Order: sequence, then C-alpha cells, then structure tokens
Amino acid sequence: MTGVGIDWALDWVRRSAAVVAERREDLIDLDRLIGDGDHGENLHRGYSAVLGKLDAAEPATVGDVLKLVATTLMSTVGGAAGPLYGTAFLRGAKVADAAEIDAAGVAAVLAAGLEGVVARGKAEVGDKTMVDAWSPAAAAAQQVADRGGSAPEALRAAADAARAGAESTDPLVARKGRASYLGERAIGHRDPGAESSALLLEAAAAAAGS
Amino acid sequence: MKKLINDPNDVVPESVEGFVQAHADIVVAGADPELPYIARAGGAVAGKVGLVSGGGSGHEPLHGGFVGVGMLDAAVPGPVFTSPTPDPILAATQAADGGAGVLHIVKNYTGDVLNFETAAELADAEDIPVKAIVVNDDVAVEDSLYTAGRRGVGGTVLLEKIAGASAERGDDLDTVLAVATRVNDNVRSMGVALSACIVPHAGKPSFDLPEDEIEIGIGIHGEPGRRRIKAAPADEITDLLLDPIIEDLGLGSGEDALLFVNGMGGTPSSELYIVYRHARARLEALGVNVTRSLVGNYITSLEMQGASITVLRLDEESTALWDAPVHTAALRWGI
Repeated sequence: MTGVGIDWALDWVRRSAAVVAERREDLIDLDRLIGDGDHGENLHRGYSAVLGKLDAAEPATVGDVLKLVATTLMSTVGGAAGPLYGTAFLRGAKVADAAEIDAAGVAAVLAAGLEGVVARGKAEVGDKTMVDAWSPAAAAAQQVADRGGSAPEALRAAADAARAGAESTDPLVARKGRASYLGERAIGHRDPGAESSALLLEAAAAAAGS
Repeated sequence: MKKLINDPNDVVPESVEGFVQAHADIVVAGADPELPYIARAGGAVAGKVGLVSGGGSGHEPLHGGFVGVGMLDAAVPGPVFTSPTPDPILAATQAADGGAGVLHIVKNYTGDVLNFETAAELADAEDIPVKAIVVNDDVAVEDSLYTAGRRGVGGTVLLEKIAGASAERGDDLDTVLAVATRVNDNVRSMGVALSACIVPHAGKPSFDLPEDEIEIGIGIHGEPGRRRIKAAPADEITDLLLDPIIEDLGLGSGEDALLFVNGMGGTPSSELYIVYRHARARLEALGVNVTRSLVGNYITSLEMQGASITVLRLDEESTALWDAPVHTAALRWGI
C-alpha cells in the first residue's frame, strides 16, 4: 500500500475517538496543572459527536471525512481547542480532495493543518502549544514524501515526530494560551494540546497500519 | 467532591433552566437547546445596538445575570470554564440584533477570542455588523509580549454596565465601542485565591493549595496564580492586590474612581467589606475620590474562596452611565 484512502480516514476518526475517550482523564489532569482542566472533556465531547455523525456520512474523498471532523469539532468542542483543531482539519480537508492520498498528500494535509493552527492561534514552535507537535510532524511527513516513501511511512514518521514534539514541551515556559499566565511555573509540565495532537497523529499512523 | 448537582454533564443546562424560570420577567432562554443562550425578555430592541457577552460557565452571575434593560441583550453560557462554540454565539447575536449592529464583549482568553471571532465572521455573512471589545484588565499577567495577554476579569462587569447604558440611550455601534474601549483603558484588576475550586467534570480541586498558603494573581478559571505566599492578614493581602493596580493605572490625587471588591464565590461578604475598607483608605490616602462602589460576588470562580479588586477611573460621562437605570437579575437600580 502506498496511499491511504477513505477507509483509512474513517478508521483514523474511530481510533481518535477511542484514544480520546481512553485518555480523557490524563488530558484533564495535564490541563489542570497548567490550564483550566477542560481539554480532555472538550475533546471527548467533540469526538463523541463526530462518531455520532460517521454512520450517516457518505464521503467521496478523504477531504470529506476531514471536513466532517472539522465542522463537528468546531461546533462542539469550544475553548481554544475547538477553533484550532477545527481550522486544522478544515485546511487539511481542502488539500485532500481525492479518494486516496500518497505520502506527498499526507505531508500536504499536515502542512495545511499546521498553517491553520498558526493562523488562528499565532503561536510559534517553542511557545509550548499544539504547534510544537504539528510542526515537526509536518516536516517529518514531507521528508518521507521527498525520498519517495509511502503514505503509511509518512504517517508513522509524523506520529513519531509529534510524540517527540509533545515531549519537548515539558521544559518550556508557555508563551500562548492559558499556561502563559503561569510563567516559569509551567516548566516541567507537558502542554495538553501538544499531547492530544500527538495522540491523534499516532491514531492516524495506527489506522494506516504503520 | 460534594456539590449540589445531579449529573456533571447537566450542570449548565439545569442551572440555566432554573435561572430563566426564576427571572422570567427579565430573561428568556434561546429556543434551540442545542444553541443555548439567555436573552432579554421581549426580544431585541429595534434601533438599539445589541450587546452580547459570554464565555465559560462557572462565573455566575456573569454573564446571564447581567442580561436586561440597561446592560446586556444576550449572554452565551459555555460549558464550565470553556468558551461556547461559534454557533450559539451567532444565535445570540441574531437574537440581540435590533438593526443597529451588535457589540461582542469578550474576555481575553484564547478560546473566547477565537470562538467570538468566528461567530462575528458568520454574523457578518448574514449582514449583521459586529464589533468586539476584548476586555483585558488583569494586572497579574505581567509580561504581555510573552503571554496570551492580560485576562479579562472584574472590569468586565463594569464595562458591561457602562457600555449597556451607552447602547440604551441610543448611541450607535461605533460610539458604544468607544465607550467600552474607554472603560477597558481605565480599569485594572487583580485577584487572590485562598482555596481552589472544583470543576464538576474534573471532580477534584483545580490546583493544590496547602492550608496555610494563598495564590496571588489568580484568574477566574481555577488556573493557578503567578505566585504563592503564606496566608496573611486581610490588609496585607489587599495591599498586594491594590499596589500593582494603582501603579498600572497611574491613579493620582484628585481623580475619581469606582472601587469594586468582588468575591470569587466562596467568600463571605463580611470579608469582602474588610478588603473594601482598607482598599478605600489606601485610595483616599492618595487623594483619589472613591465616588462609586460595588461589593459582592459578581464574577466568580465556582466555589473558590478569594476576592479580586477592580479600580475604574471615572469621568463625568462614565459616572452618568454607571448611574443610569439597570434591571438585571444581578444588578438593579433606577428601575
């Protein structure tokens, strides 16, 4: 398999919903420490709503699935995560207008998603936000595409890079979002949005069997 | 966790249901339970600028308690401590639109700003002109360049009252925005927590605070403050809150001010008046005339013990707008 298609996208959604449900408390605890303790609850509510819409959906492209995720998260999650994830998936959907996407397509989706998050949240790498997971993930997928790898390989590389990126937020002082109010007290705690981003991208790789 | 709730998921809808029933002479609930908002009974006022605020729940009486004549036209309650999504904000904006445009009053938190911005874009697509004032009065956030900026806290209450009076007297959207901007430019706040609060769905305290310590510079979402110190007498804590406010506002002798001492939800009003008394003495010692006052629980953080101090520099116009009649569930005078 060199590309990933609609079945992959649907499986990604289901695996995302499962991991968000499973890790709900962990995300709440991370957010409690440096935010306001609602991240796990909000994402769980959002992905539960996405799951509820999945059966009735008749996607013709990968982008259709991503757009369903985008609009549902935007209208159910609230907080900062709703608009940020919603915009990421919406921008990703626009560049995935095909029944199957290859490694370059995966890289394009992640790059567009990253651009969306940056446009809305105005964060940069090192600000201790979702961007710290998305940015290396997009770059890693592009590297795989550049050397002619497959879509599952690109997703695996993106997931690994997102995981490392999430872990890289631990020692940082936050410059965006609610953790920024804490100053140096945020040091030693992982950014909840970077963590959930890594979880979702790991689900994407798992759905591609990589 | 001991709370007077049924299911954590039902806290906001059940509370709003009761609120709207209890104050049926002032407010109504939005028709669609999927798009919850609280609006003035009787609907939008034709020709008047609509005022819409909202944000996470858990700060009651903010914002629903300030819907009514002389203040807000609609309020959008999100989940506890979580901004509402754009859809109900749009619904509330439509409900508040009397044909003269709508002002969104947004507290400066990343989520609130993003969701209100999106709702404003959607409203614009429906030809409802929307402008927004982002309230950022919290001096506890020191370095704005490297944070999400100062938070919107106690000043929000005063701004909603004064901008509400501006809209009520018939000012157009740009004028109401200018009035709101002037309030935001002249108001500063800072808060302290003696205990954390418990978010219903989290089920445990929002931060761990030892019995003998307090958090200085807290926000209103149960987030920890800037620093933690040993508990101290009320006058000393009042000084810690008031000093940065006075300095940042540059208040000087002969100026008029409104002094607002706000409880975070779990503080007896007797203690709020102890804080008020010392804060007033401090301001008067500087030659500041405390010409208006507000003391009570108006912008809270669930059951958190603590208080915030807000000082607003007043001029003739803002004083008159503050004094103008208001009839809401939480503030009422002149009507």
